[in-house]
Formats: sequence, C-alpha cells, structure tokens
Amino acid sequence: MYPAELKYTEEHEWVRVEGNVARVGITDFAQKELGDVVFVELPGVGDSIKAAESLGVVESVKAVSDIYSPVSGQIVKVNEKLEDSPELINQDPYGEGWIAEIEVEDPKELEGLLTAEEYQAIVEG
Amino acid sequence: MAEGRKTPLYSRHEELGAKFVEFGGWLMPVSYQGILEEHRAVRTSAGIFDLCHMGEITVGGERALEVIQEATTNDASTLPEGKAQYSLLCRPDGGIIDDIIVYRRGKDFLLVVNAANREKDWAWLQEVNKGRAELADASDEIGLIAVQGPQAEKICRSLTDLDLGALGYFNHTEGELAGAPCLLSRTGYTGEDGWEIYMPVQYVEQVWDALLAAGGEDLEPAGLGARDTLRLEAGYTLYGNDIDETTNPLEAGLGWVVAWDKGDFIGKEALAALKEKGVSRRLVGFKLLERGIPRQGYPLHKEGEEVGVVTSGTMSPSLGEAIGMGYVRRDLAGAGTELEVLIRNKPSKAQIVKRPFIKPSVKR
Repeated sequence: MYPAELKYTEEHEWVRVEGNVARVGITDFAQKELGDVVFVELPGVGDSIKAAESLGVVESVKAVSDIYSPVSGQIVKVNEKLEDSPELINQDPYGEGWIAEIEVEDPKELEGLLTAEEYQAIVEG
Repeated sequence: MAEGRKTPLYSRHEELGAKFVEFGGWLMPVSYQGILEEHRAVRTSAGIFDLCHMGEITVGGERALEVIQEATTNDASTLPEGKAQYSLLCRPDGGIIDDIIVYRRGKDFLLVVNAANREKDWAWLQEVNKGRAELADASDEIGLIAVQGPQAEKICRSLTDLDLGALGYFNHTEGELAGAPCLLSRTGYTGEDGWEIYMPVQYVEQVWDALLAAGGEDLEPAGLGARDTLRLEAGYTLYGNDIDETTNPLEAGLGWVVAWDKGDFIGKEALAALKEKGVSRRLVGFKLLERGIPRQGYPLHKEGEEVGVVTSGTMSPSLGEAIGMGYVRRDLAGAGTELEVLIRNKPSKAQIVKRPFIKPSVKR
C-alpha cells in the first residue's frame, strides 16, 4: 500500500533518495486525513534546513499542517506547480504532488527513517 | 480519536464513510466525499446535513411572549404564526450569549440554539423566566435535518403533500414528510434556498433515508466543513468564532435584530449606551490580495500596527480566493481599506470588502 522504495517519517512525510538528493512529500494517509488541499507554502530554494524543522505548510479547507524536513541539508528545488495546483497533493501524493528536494548533508540521517512496512504499522496501529 | 455524543444518524454517517470531528460536545461528520465537492453540490444542486446536535427549547403558556420579549433582542410580538425570526440572547452588558431562531407556533415559541450553547442557554432562560412561562429543553426529543441548495424544494416536495412552493424565506409549516410529522422551515445557513426539517427524534433515520433516496444524484450528504465554507461565503457569523459573550450585536453588524422600540429587554440599556457612544471596532469581511489563508486568531495589521483580529477564514471554494471575517478598529472598517493579515508572522495584504462574499440565492 505504501511504495516500498520510499522512506517515511512518523509525521507522514515520504522521502525518495536519488544520489545525494532527497525528494520529500506527504503520504497518501496524510493527504486523506487533511482532505482537499487548497494551499501550500513552499520553502525557498537555497535555504538550509535541519531535520525536523518546518519545511513548509500544507493547508486544507479546515486544517493547517506543518511539513517537517526528514533530513538536514540545502533546498535545491521546490515543486512550484503546487502554488497554482495544490490539489496535486491529493491526486498524486508520491508523484506530481512532491514538495521539495533537499541536498542531503549527512546520509546517516537517512538510516533513521522508516521503511514502508514500519510506516504502515504506525498508521494502522 | 474524536469523542462526543452521537446523533441518531451516526451509523448512517459511518456507512457513508464520513470523517468525524468533535463539535459542541458532539461527534459530527466534517465531510464525506470532500469539503469542496460537498460545497459545490449545495451551490449547484443540493446537500443534506445532519443538524441533530442543535438545541431546541420550547416556550409556552400565557406568559410565553412576555418572556421571549425580555430574553431576546428582536421583536417577537410582530411575529405571526408560521413565521420565524433570527434573534439574539444578550447579557445585561450587551455581550452575545447566543444567536438563535425563534419560531412562532400558535401562542407558543420554539427556540433553536447552537449545540455548544444549549446548557448555557437553558440555564439562562430559566433564570430569566422565573417560573412565568412553561419552558422545556426538547433537544433530545427533536431531530433536525437540513436540505439546502437549488434542488432542495423539488426533493422535499416529492415526499410531502404540503404546499412548500407557497412558503417564503423564514416561513414554516407543519405536516407529514416521508411519513413523519415534521416542521418544515424555509431557512438555512448556506446562502442557498433550502429547508430545515424538525421532527421527533425517532423519525430522523426514516426521513434521512427517504430524502437521500428521493434526491438521488441531485443530493449529497454534506458535513460541517462545507457548512462552514458555505456560511462564510454567505457572510453569516458563527457563534464561537465571530460572535461570543465578549462581542456585542452592534460591532458584529447584528444591530438589525435589535428592536429598540419593543420595550425592555435584557441588554437594552447597555446597547443603547454603546449606540450613543459608538462602537470601537466592527466585524468586517475581507479578501486576501496575496497568497495564503487567513485563520481564526491571526492578527490584522495596518502599516505594522495591530488593529484587529481574524475571527473566521477559509479558501472560498466558490470564488477561488482566500476570504475571512474579523474585528477591525472602527476608523479602518470601511470597504476598500487595505490591511495586512499576519500569517505565521508574515504580513499578507488584504482588502476589506462588503459582506456577503457571494449573493445568497434564498427565496424572498
């Protein structure tokens, strides 16, 4: 149910690691809990961020939800499409609905992330 | 997991896949298919809402009118049989205890109050009454379902012989609908034409099922999420957000339900003094001119100075713009004034606009 090639956080972010870049988004579970996403606040490209710091904000009609960075590093790319089409997070959370790409400072941090199986156990627990 | 009292329709909501939220001590559906979808259904076709959490208080006996006149700000003496009016319960200092609907049924009255205020209103009315009228808290015996939207009349008409087409806004009638004894009222909280249907609580499931079957594809269950975006677009205040005991009818733009000439009522003296002196702030509607969504509690600034606070805000599904309401210092409360909403400590430009944000399509 949760893509096996991704890593996850307890705060419902997913991470796709390619080389030293981590692409981050929110999980299908998170988008369903939030409901219709109507606004996304993206981080600035070039910003440095620490793991667990706020990477941005996703707002549904009812709720405001912080996105926490799963890793430390520098923001190298953000999904600007979300500014006009925040609904991509609902429609395709692991694809078109990605949020930002971070150049990973310390690859060891990735080891602390959850596997799909571990994440699923938390969500269903 | 949210907790609270369950309405008789709780299992229906579960079957429909609803998400639940705690509201006023009740576990209520916040959405089924999604707030945007439900909002659209009400604006273009029809939506059905479970409002069984609302409170109903009956006031009867020879001195019923006398007590109503004292406890509420509007003039119920001019309210004919079959009509309803929007009204307020105020404290002696003019603070709003609740906003309510008053129905006249013969010599008796039915007050419909907010779920979260039910116990408070009940205690207050008993204190005001001092044994004069016959008061009863009928909230547990009366169920309420709303059908709202351009198709609402057609759907309701298919289940009753009552001449619904003859009833105007804020009129009500009583009779059978889907085999249940009902009070049908042409009122609502969405800015659309529609009906609020009161019935003995044992008929609630039967009426809900019949309405959903009669409505078919034209009718969607809608939750509190859509109810909030719909009422905000229509410019209606929400108790607990835009009005409460620390706000008064004059600053909230509800002076039109204060009947100055009807004689004494609780809060009159304080409100008259306030009217004389002038209010210090006003409730306004505003649109965001920059990206972001205003939310309750965000500060409103003018050139860096705090001049008010947001009381409600959302992304308007009908307009595709972020809208809100809030209290603003009186000298800055005119339409067209530019302000800043502080969103996560960053200022976003906003402009005061006239309420409602969308023109209601209620039947006049």
